[in-house]
Amino acid sequence: MLRRTWICAVGLTASLLAMTSLHAEPLAPDAFVRQVSGEIIDAVKADKAIQAGDVGRIRALVDAKVMPHVNFQRMTASSVGPQWRSASPEQQKKMLVEFQTLMVNTYSGALTQVKDQTVVVKPLRAGAAEGSEVVVRSEVRGKGDPIQLDYRLEKAGEGWKIYDVNVGGFWLVEAYKGQFAKDLSAGGIDALIATLTQKNKSLAGAKN
Amino acid sequence: MTGAAHLRRWLGLLLLVAAGLLGGCATVPGEGVSKVDPWEPMNRKVFAFNEAVDQAAIKPAALIYQNVVPNFVRTAVGNVFGNLGDIWTTANLVLQLKPKLAVDMGARALINTTFGIGGLLDVADEAGLERKASEDFGQTLGFWGLKSGPYVVLPIIGPATLRDATGLALDLRDSGPSRVWKEPRDRNAASSLQVLDTRVKLLNAGRVLDDIALDKYVLLRDAYLARRRSLIYDGDPPEEENAPPPYKAVIKRESSDTK
Repeated sequence: MLRRTWICAVGLTASLLAMTSLHAEPLAPDAFVRQVSGEIIDAVKADKAIQAGDVGRIRALVDAKVMPHVNFQRMTASSVGPQWRSASPEQQKKMLVEFQTLMVNTYSGALTQVKDQTVVVKPLRAGAAEGSEVVVRSEVRGKGDPIQLDYRLEKAGEGWKIYDVNVGGFWLVEAYKGQFAKDLSAGGIDALIATLTQKNKSLAGAKN
Repeated sequence: MTGAAHLRRWLGLLLLVAAGLLGGCATVPGEGVSKVDPWEPMNRKVFAFNEAVDQAAIKPAALIYQNVVPNFVRTAVGNVFGNLGDIWTTANLVLQLKPKLAVDMGARALINTTFGIGGLLDVADEAGLERKASEDFGQTLGFWGLKSGPYVVLPIIGPATLRDATGLALDLRDSGPSRVWKEPRDRNAASSLQVLDTRVKLLNAGRVLDDIALDKYVLLRDAYLARRRSLIYDGDPPEEENAPPPYKAVIKRESSDTK
């Protein structure tokens, strides 16, 4: 008798699990941001090496937890602007590699600051999730004043991808546009790639 | 009223008018000169000067302050300046017709000034009245539609626009610290302490900035201008460059709230 109940319970649980996975709705954009930022903060809090600024570990974390959720191609293209389309595939590839290295550096600096913060995702505006692009607002709360952290997301299949981030009122793509403008107008995308390579080299040198 | 006060008031008004005029001029795109930054050559010189002063004096002093003064004392110092800032924020919220926020922030300042012993303790925060806004007079001017005018780097103080520099003149004259510390000697000591308090909080941000910037001057300028615009629209600035000033939307919202 007992045995039958037990089997029954297992069967019920299994079928329930199967049902929830079959009926899994695509994540709402705000839930997506909550999940990703929660994962990253938890990973940093659990890892002493990352808090100490271990670049290798941070790179691994960014590659595993951040990059899969970012449309990096789009971010790069809009940061470079019109010159992106006229660039050769070779140039585009180099640009993506160097820009990504710089981004990981940006991130590694920020992630070493994570200590007792929590991320509060704000509710979406009514109807915002209907479109293919949506802004999700959040706030990093810790010691001192909260820091505004917003995301621009685009629909990608069943889920979402990040294509721009706003820190304290400043969109990242806008920031890099300003940083890239001088090199782009002086020597085109090759000059920009050279500057980025140089910058990344000096950063790697300073950290090792 | 003394003659000196009169003169200062007139100077303020003059700056205000100049800001309006130059703001108008700055919207004419120039050849090769950044629209928002027509004074770039001069600004870059002041920026270089500020960086040198920071490296030689302010940053080392901030590091000493951080290492020598115990954490709870630094927190108390930060709380006092934060509380004075909250009072000034409340005044500016009133000027910006935001009664609900003004009441919240006013209550916060009142609680911290009384139960928090002159602002030493941030008891309001623990009571759930956290800082919801931080407003200065430059934001109030922007709220009422005054254009930012050209970007300007002030000696020691750093990034500003002509509008924000005008606002800052009033901030410094009428905000908390200058009202609390009347003697010039005390006021100077308070200002120095405030600079250290601020600089310590920026120690880590500075490292991140140095790491990612290809041109630190441009990065700080763009960040400052974007942040100010965002603050004036309470964190939600419109996409269009020539959007209507924030007061229109706020008046609409407040009047529909009271119906």
